[in-house]
Amino acid sequence: MTATATTPAASTSVIPTLEVRGMSKSFGSVQALIDVDFEVRDGEVMALVGDNGAGKSTLIKCIAGIHPADSGEIFFDGEPVTIHGPKDAVSLGIEVVYQDLALCDNLDVVQNMYLGREAHDQFQRLKEPVMEAKTAEVMKGLAVTTIKSIRQTVATLSGGQRQSVAVARAVLWNSRVVILDEPTAALGVAQTRQVLDLVARLAEQGLAVVLISHNLHDIFEVATRITVLRLGRSIAVYEREKTTQQEVVEAITAGTTSKVPGMARIAPEELT
Amino acid sequence: MSATPTTEPDAGRDRGRMALEAFSRSWLFVFLLLLLAFFWLSTPSGTFLTSANLSQIALSTSEVVLLAIGETFVIVTAGIDLSIGGILFFAAVCGGKVMLELSGTNAQVTAGVYPHATRAVLLGIVVALAAGTFWGAINGALITRMRLPPFIVTLGTYGMTFGFGDLLSGGTYLGAPVPTSFSHNFGQGKGLGIYYPIWLALVVLIVAHVFFRYARFGRYTSAIGSNDEASRRAGIAVDRHIVKVYTLAGFLAGMAGVLDLAIYTNTTSVSHLTDNLNAISAVVLGGTSLFGGVGTVLLSAVGAFIPTVLTNGLVIKNVQPFWQEVAVGATIIFAVYLDQLRRRRGGEGR
Ligand SMILES: Nc1ncnc2c1ncn2[C@@H]1O[C@H](COP(=O)(O)OP(=O)(O)OP(=O)(O)O)[C@@H](O)[C@H]1O
Ligand SMILES: [Mg+2]
Repeated sequence: MTATATTPAASTSVIPTLEVRGMSKSFGSVQALIDVDFEVRDGEVMALVGDNGAGKSTLIKCIAGIHPADSGEIFFDGEPVTIHGPKDAVSLGIEVVYQDLALCDNLDVVQNMYLGREAHDQFQRLKEPVMEAKTAEVMKGLAVTTIKSIRQTVATLSGGQRQSVAVARAVLWNSRVVILDEPTAALGVAQTRQVLDLVARLAEQGLAVVLISHNLHDIFEVATRITVLRLGRSIAVYEREKTTQQEVVEAITAGTTSKVPGMARIAPEELT
Repeated sequence: MSATPTTEPDAGRDRGRMALEAFSRSWLFVFLLLLLAFFWLSTPSGTFLTSANLSQIALSTSEVVLLAIGETFVIVTAGIDLSIGGILFFAAVCGGKVMLELSGTNAQVTAGVYPHATRAVLLGIVVALAAGTFWGAINGALITRMRLPPFIVTLGTYGMTFGFGDLLSGGTYLGAPVPTSFSHNFGQGKGLGIYYPIWLALVVLIVAHVFFRYARFGRYTSAIGSNDEASRRAGIAVDRHIVKVYTLAGFLAGMAGVLDLAIYTNTTSVSHLTDNLNAISAVVLGGTSLFGGVGTVLLSAVGAFIPTVLTNGLVIKNVQPFWQEVAVGATIIFAVYLDQLRRRRGGEGR
């Protein structure tokens, strides 16, 4: 695999772990995605950036099988695949940590980690000790140390801890691709630190990581490459080492488009 | 961030929350004990707190326990089933009709002779269970397929089940009691000193508890009630599970209908008008949250005793038993208020 994926020379010769070609998706009259190309490779952090409503969340929901795409192809390890539902994506090893986290507040950490994939015997009996031990192991492997008990309900955790649970859940399943939608959006400085370290660690472990964020500072810290979406189109891919924040910002806003009337969009919290 | 500066206020809040938790978990038992003590002290000795009377209370609670078990699963999914009382009645009418039709000619049955009692009773039981299951499945299908709120769907089927039931029964009791052997051998029969219907309710309760607590079925029920979108994304077939849960509630209501025939040998709609109230109050008294996600099957069964103890005690005290409905109505409001209080306190931790 690609232990040296951070060097562009090594990564260009590699088949992308996940590749999307020409994906389009509309919601009624809203064209959320138009002919989008996107890829991510093993051991790299691919940042996905764009203004509010650019289509970032929609792209990953199409990849994860939440929304059916109108058109486009998905390749996994170079092979064409079809993803009809969350189960298909999961069985390929694609895990998503959603912007709205999607944890069950009333369930505890272990229950959330295994939600929908509980370990059980032939009598349907849940194997709690097994799940508990594995959860503890994964938390330790990711150096998530701030959670006092993995048997406390998720409702009692801080934002950063909840985020850690969501990320840990994504790596519990020998996943190949982990997609994180704005994992640090609601976090303070220290908790953002925790999560960024976690993201870097995932890539170090050889996973293909997709990171969506509005914070270019964070992105320039952990990303290998940066894909820019604007108004539903993929307009550029930059290598972190060969670009500047200035250049990326210009690509996101396209310099002049921000002056176009009607570009002021819906409040961010309305978009997921 | 260091934890030190935040420990002080947290500790105070935690203590408050723990006290509230402890109270909301134990007040049901305290309430039940107080109720028993009150009736014991305020009735002539040898009337209320006798083993015969307590068995009677338990016997009349067995139907509510079955209803409350199904209702617990429904409420934990953040739904509500207002129709189970009607389903119980409809199932009892269907089962009773079959039992009467098949057990003998009209003349024989009215004379209290049932030549084919066993066959008739067995088929009647099957029909009652099927009728309950059918209505439960209808509820589930309407809620998931047509995206209608459970409150409205089950309110609608509440009306329909009572209406159809009364149409079948002519609005009064069935023409004759169902075969008396059914009551003799099962409904009013005892094994190891305990009425068979109580045994049945107990077995169902334990099985339901195990599935709720230790199997995926229960885990998914809680997950859906906690966050249905998260459950969907985790790959749980949310709609299918919801249909199963309402079908289960319908099936258990059908079973309660069978018990109704077994215990009382007959049925009528007026005696089931408050079943929903009793079952739902049992569930919320047991600490299951109307907001979904959290609940306990076992405690719902404890809560099921409140309405029957009230009715029984008031009858012995010669007080109009309608006060029971007033009291149960009031406690249901109190229990939900308590739940909300707990949620608000719990919510601060987020
Ligand atoms: N379920 C939906 N139904 C209708 N329109 C939708 C839906 N989801 C997204 N959209 C629309 O698609 C467009 C892209 O939305 P999307 O959520 O993908 O943006 P985003 O890049 O993730 O934005 P943000 O940075 O605010 O999260 C927006 O115009 C949005 O209104
Ligand atoms: Mg988004």
